[in-house]
Formats: sequence, C-alpha cells, structure tokens
Amino acid sequence: MASHNAEIRGRSFGDRVLFGLVILLAFAMAGPVLYVIALSLKDNKELMVDPHSVFHLPYTIKNYIDTVGTSNVFSWVLNSFIVAGGLTVLTLILSSLAGYGFARLNFPGRDVLFVIVLLGLAVPEQAVLIARHQIFSWLGLHNTYPGLILPGLSSAFGVFLMTQYFRAIPRELDEAAILDNASRLRVFWKVLLPLTVPAQATLGIFTFLGAWNDYFWPLISATRKEMFTLTVGIASTQQNFAQSQGIGFLMAQAVFAGAPILIIYLFFQKYIVTAVSGAAVR
Amino acid sequence: MADPVNGNARRAESVDIYAPQWRNFLFVAPYLFIFAAFLVFPLFWGIWLSFHKADTFSSGPFIGFGNYARLFRDGIFLQSIWNTFYFVFLTVPALALIGLFLALCLNRQTRSAAVLRTLFFSSSVLSVTIVTLIWRIVYIPDMGLLSMIYGFFGAKAPAFLSDPDIAMIGIAIATIWWCIGLPMMLFLSALQQIPQDIYEAAALDNANRWQTLRSITLPSIKRTFVLVVIIQIVFQFQLFGQAWLMTKGGPNNLTKPIVLYIYNTAFQRWDIGLGAAASEILFLLILVAAMAQFLLTRRKADA
Repeated sequence: MASHNAEIRGRSFGDRVLFGLVILLAFAMAGPVLYVIALSLKDNKELMVDPHSVFHLPYTIKNYIDTVGTSNVFSWVLNSFIVAGGLTVLTLILSSLAGYGFARLNFPGRDVLFVIVLLGLAVPEQAVLIARHQIFSWLGLHNTYPGLILPGLSSAFGVFLMTQYFRAIPRELDEAAILDNASRLRVFWKVLLPLTVPAQATLGIFTFLGAWNDYFWPLISATRKEMFTLTVGIASTQQNFAQSQGIGFLMAQAVFAGAPILIIYLFFQKYIVTAVSGAAVR
Repeated sequence: MADPVNGNARRAESVDIYAPQWRNFLFVAPYLFIFAAFLVFPLFWGIWLSFHKADTFSSGPFIGFGNYARLFRDGIFLQSIWNTFYFVFLTVPALALIGLFLALCLNRQTRSAAVLRTLFFSSSVLSVTIVTLIWRIVYIPDMGLLSMIYGFFGAKAPAFLSDPDIAMIGIAIATIWWCIGLPMMLFLSALQQIPQDIYEAAALDNANRWQTLRSITLPSIKRTFVLVVIIQIVFQFQLFGQAWLMTKGGPNNLTKPIVLYIYNTAFQRWDIGLGAAASEILFLLILVAAMAQFLLTRRKADA
C-alpha cells in the first residue's frame, strides 16, 4: 500500500477490495453534488409529479434564468465579495506590518505583547461573539460592511504567520539597507515585502475562503436582507423546502452560489490545499 | 522568542539598530488596536456579562454565579453538552480513519489518484449553507436521493433528520462528507515526509505490505494522527451551522449542540447573561483541546 506500488488496480484480491472501497467513497462524494445539479436542471412541476424524473431528459435551464432574473443572489454575491475581499486586503496589510514589527523591530514590551497575541489564537469565536455583538450595537455597526469585516480582522493567525515568515528571512538582507540609512518603512516595503509573497498567498487564500464561507457572524450582524452575505442569503431561502413547490429553483440557486468557489478551487487547487492545511497545523 | 533578543544584544555592540524604540511600535499598533478592541475586550466583557442579568445593550444588575447556576439546572443545556460530545464522538474517529485510509490509498503519482484527491478535498471549500442544502435534499423523505437508492433495493430509507434516534447521525454523515478533505491532506503530507529508503530497506528484507504498513508507515505518522484528532475535536466541538440549518436542533433538542444553545439563548431569546455564561463553559472545554494542540505542535518544533 506504500507509494512505491505504482497502480491501485493491483494484482491481489486485497487490492481490488481497497480499490472498490475508494470508488464507493468517490461516488458518495460526487453523487450528492451531481444529484443537486441534475435537480437544478429539471422543471419544478415535473419533479413534483415524479421525483425519479431527475435521472432522465428533458432538462432545462429555466431555473437558472429565474435565479438570475428574480432572486437576490447577485447582491448577496456582491456583499460576500466586498466583505471577503475587504477583509483579505486589510488582513494582509495589518498582518504584514505587525509581522515585520514583531520579527524585526524592537520596542518596549514587544515580547510580552507577542505572547498575548499568540494567546489570542486559542480564543474561539464563540467565546467573544455575544460581547462583540453588543459592542457592535453600541457602535451602530450592524448591517454595515465594516461591521461584517472588523471582527475577522482581529484574528491573530495572520500576525503569527507573517511574524514566523519574516523571522525566517536572513537578517543580512535588511541590515545592509538599514545601515545605508534607509527608513524602516522603506526597508519593509522595498526589501522584505517582495520576499513574503508565498506567505501572502497562503494567508490571503485562507482569509478569503474563511470569510466567504463564514456563517455565524453575518447571521447575527447582518439582519437586513440587502446586507446578507451569500451564506446567510442562501440559508434564508432554503427554510422548509420539504413543502416547497420549487425544488429545482432552490437547487439552481445553490449551484449558482457554490459554483464560483468550486471553479476557483479547480484552478488554484494546489495553493488552496497548501493554505488550508498549513493554517490547520500552524 | 529568546533567540532574536540575544542576537540583538550581540549586534548592538557595533551599531545599535535594534535598540528598543517607541516609534517601532507604530508597525504593530494598527493590528493591536483591532486586536484589543474586537478580541481582548470582548473576551473580558463576555466574562463580565456572564455574571450579570444582561440585556441587548448593557450589562444590567450583578448576579454573581446566578447564570451559571441556571445553566446547570437547565436540562436543555446539559442535553446540548451531551449532544456536542456525542457529535464529536461520531465525527472525529470517522474523519481520522477515513482520512487515513484515503491518504494511504491515494498517496501515489498516478493521474487517477490526483483526480480522486481533488474530488475528496472539493467539498471542503463549500460553505455550510451549500453543504446542508445538498444533504437536506439527499435525505428528504420519499423523493430524495437516499430514499431512491433504498427504493432501488426495495427498502425504506431511514428518516435521517426527523427520527430522534438517528438525527445526529444524519448530521454527522453530512459533516464527514464536508470535512474529510483536511484530514486526508494532512495525512498525505505526513506520508510524503517518510524517507523512501526505509521502504527500500524493508523491501530488501522481504517485508510484506501489511508488515511495512504496521511497522514503518503507521509509527511514522503517529504524531500527525494525534494532531488530526485534536484539530477535528476543536473544530467539530463548535458545531453550529449544520445543526441549525438541517434540524434546528430538533427533534426534542436531541441535535442541539452547545453553540446552537448559545445562539438560541443570546440571539433569539436575548437572554444575554445566560448565553454569555454558556459560551464561557464552551470556551473552557475548547481551551483544553487547544492546549493539547499547542503542546503537541511545540514539541514537534523542538524535535
């Protein structure tokens, strides 16, 4: 079973059992998605009469036309994009600055502050949600973009990652520039930042994906329909679909919402997998 | 953290470019401000709230451990703690074992293995909303994919999500489907770090594949296995979206996890103090697992 055995379709009976199991799991993975896509391509009335009609023609793209024409999906995609994009850009900026500060510069209390930031990694979102919700009520930030972006910006993960990365860069590189009387900011911007692109990519992908898929905070902060993100918006349409007359339409909305991230995944798979597993192990 | 400081001291003798300076603080100030305002302060404010009869906007009168006492008299809260542990028990071993199995089978350079790896990780990029939408329609009685598959074999599909005995299992299956990618990838990268020459030596000794697996592969990834288990415990402990979107915690609160209890209490009944107390309990439980992860990764770094 080790990697030097080249083919899974091997010789022994055991190999075939393993192969069969993997294929079975693969069907379990793909089946539900294909089923939902097929549903989205069926006429709603036909589905009501015969659920099995999902497996055969005729298929139609009417549900997608309805989705584009009548639902709020577009504005939710836009909101998600603004929130996830804004959070990603701001996280990269703040984490890079702080990472450089903690890794390369000295100021009173630096090491204590860094330990406190590290402890922040252990705080789960749920431990601060209620107080945070109250604070955002005081500030009048619910149902605003800053209200959706700011909580994610407090995550310590980016600072931790960037600090580690800056520390791994040889000091000789920026020492020479500083001795030439270049300012700290200039050294940061011109010498060090270009070297951190791989870490920026990891952090950027991880932050964007997390924000795009976040559900709990938008659920309690964005209560007005026009401020819904995609996750909250789609969830709001899927209540009680056991009684729904429009299964195909709901599924088209789901496919419409899920497809962009899946397509991005197919193209940037390597980076996404590295980012997500790197972040998990940290 | 001690190393750079010592390094600085040595360098400082020649040119003092690493001397502590207040203006250097400006680089970390923007982040620290956000960190203090939206993480540190809420953390302590949440503890403060848990000792008060709080409402939406203020902390209200101080009631000591009153909220905590109420929590532990609340059968639904105790049920939600049990449910959470049950869910972790259903998902974490399955995720670790299936993830390991897939990693062992797909750790090869073939095209089909690459395609299958892509497939098994793909669900991980979806949001909880999409995942639950997919699984609710799969489970839907009489017309869903599951009941059609059972029907094909002339059987009746179990009523996942509405049968009290198996509703949590229904949520667990959807969760395993959603989360299987990360354990698989972590195991794959651990497998690829095992030096190939050990396998070559084993092959020369005529070790069969089972022996190789048991005495080389599994011992080499023991630490990764523990890490995967802890990561998944911390993550699955925070179950919320699947339960809220698939069953609303029902039937009879049997699928209500702690986080959903917090959501119901704080954001639907607006009993802020009680919700805050429940989230401090959750925090303590997660902290134990997070500490284990921290100690484990530190030891790895030292080794």
